[in-house]
Amino acid sequence: MKAPPFGYRRVSSAAEAADALRELGSDARILAGGQSLLPMLSVRIASPSHLVDIGRADDLRHITADNGSLRIGAAATQWSVENDQATTAAAPLLADAISRAGQVPIRHRGTVVGSIAHADPSAEIPAAVLASGATLIAASTGSEREISADDFFQGPYMTALEEGELLREVRIDRWPDGTGHAFEEFSHSHESWPVVTAAVLVLLNGGTIDRVAIAMSGVDGRPVRAGQAEHELTGQAPTPELLAEAAQSATRDLEPFSDVFGSGRYRKRVATALVRRALTTATTRAGGGA
Amino acid sequence: MNQGQTERHSVSLTVNDRAVEAEVEPRLSLADFLRRHLDLVGTHLGCEQGACGACTVLVDGQSVRACLMLTVQADGTTVETVEGLATNGELHPVQEAFRTKQGLQCGFCTPGMLMRSLELIRDNRGITAEQAREGLASNMCRCTGYQYIVEAVVEAASNMDTEVNQ
Ligand SMILES: Cc1cc2nc3c(=O)[nH]c(=O)nc-3n(C[C@@H](O)[C@H](O)[C@H](O)COP(=O)(O)OP(=O)(O)OC[C@H]3O[C@@H](n4cnc5c(N)ncnc54)[C@H](O)[C@@H]3O)c2cc1C
Ligand code: FES
Ligand code: FES
Repeated sequence: MKAPPFGYRRVSSAAEAADALRELGSDARILAGGQSLLPMLSVRIASPSHLVDIGRADDLRHITADNGSLRIGAAATQWSVENDQATTAAAPLLADAISRAGQVPIRHRGTVVGSIAHADPSAEIPAAVLASGATLIAASTGSEREISADDFFQGPYMTALEEGELLREVRIDRWPDGTGHAFEEFSHSHESWPVVTAAVLVLLNGGTIDRVAIAMSGVDGRPVRAGQAEHELTGQAPTPELLAEAAQSATRDLEPFSDVFGSGRYRKRVATALVRRALTTATTRAGGGA
Repeated sequence: MNQGQTERHSVSLTVNDRAVEAEVEPRLSLADFLRRHLDLVGTHLGCEQGACGACTVLVDGQSVRACLMLTVQADGTTVETVEGLATNGELHPVQEAFRTKQGLQCGFCTPGMLMRSLELIRDNRGITAEQAREGLASNMCRCTGYQYIVEAVVEAASNMDTEVNQ
């Protein structure tokens, strides 16, 4: 099937994109890499009146690391981010997550911010963004606001973005040197869509866990943080038993959805295994001997 | 949009070293533009969902799914398709290696396989079988079982390494 007709406007800046959204109204949509939007158009589950193409907006292509944080603009492709040295240094968890998202030709076009805005419940990038405690910057004509990743993801393909808002940038505050990271994913075949993912960051201090973040995707309508498990781990020595218990606790209250890729029960068991594995790898990378 | 009239945009791009200008509807994919407007039907369409890789072409040197790119997004770019590979009736080394190694059967996936292989080899003249296998995970073939395609890529890389051209 082919896409239904729509109008097209290419913008050259974030401000122009926000103005276009305001002017064209609620049926207009941002076109970033198009790797989710164009398939939706060709099966006609979306029929926007206009696409506002931000792919050539110069002030949206940045990938910059400064003052301890990494900023990625809405037009930066996944491929350019995962191959950027500032990213691999400042946010290796994100870089790992991106490298698992679809195939290289898809990542040549798809954007990091587009994946966040799309908010697929199984996607890799949102899980890494959530674990990293990222901040999302939404822009509309004449104003801007910051949304924490905790508040941003609201349900399947639903986010805190409001009508007329462009997701302009994602900002990730760098964790201290020595932080261990791990991204784990289960999918049915190499490079295919993830069933469940787990993203973990661990910082040790003198043999105990100083700071830890755990996020999962594919277990709920949105990516989730395992706050209770993080609480149980903090201040403790990372023994294999403790990490296994924390992984149980991370998934205890989840009631994952079922689909052709896996039943809810299955997803829950896979998530527990992935969290334990990710905690173990991240702790080892942080210098611990779990 | 106003359904009564169809919006058109002018684009100019370079396709296989040839300058092309056209007026297109925004919804026209790059794959359909190549096939229907330029008669370059070597770029095949399988899934039109980004999954199979049959439509892979190089845009500004990078492999992309031509089914998941609008022609208007390709305005100002340089596109390489399978038709640009052979010169004066002589197969490109990648094509030649696919032929001698039997890296194709029905040929449906081949144009996409060739373009992705070309990119892999340009990036890495010393590509190993393992790297070729990993790199070609983006493209599906329902006939060959991939083994001979992987061998063709390794062979093409070593042949191209010793040639002055390309
Ligand atoms: C074959 C294939 C395999 C894939 N595999 C995976 C996978 O394994 N894991 C995975 O996570 N993804 C996968 N994807 C999807 C991924 O590649 C997309 O790139 C990503 O989900 C969306 O990014 P995009 O830049 O392409 O966004 P687009 O497709 O352009 O946009 C997606 C949605 O987000 C909105 N949007 C985009 N940017 C903004 C913005 N800045 N502000 C407001 N709204 C915005 C759009 O309006 C649209 O509704 C796959 C896609 C394909 C075709
Ligand atoms: S036709 Fe484009 S990827 Fe299958
Ligand atoms: S040769 Fe038939 S699909 Fe690859």
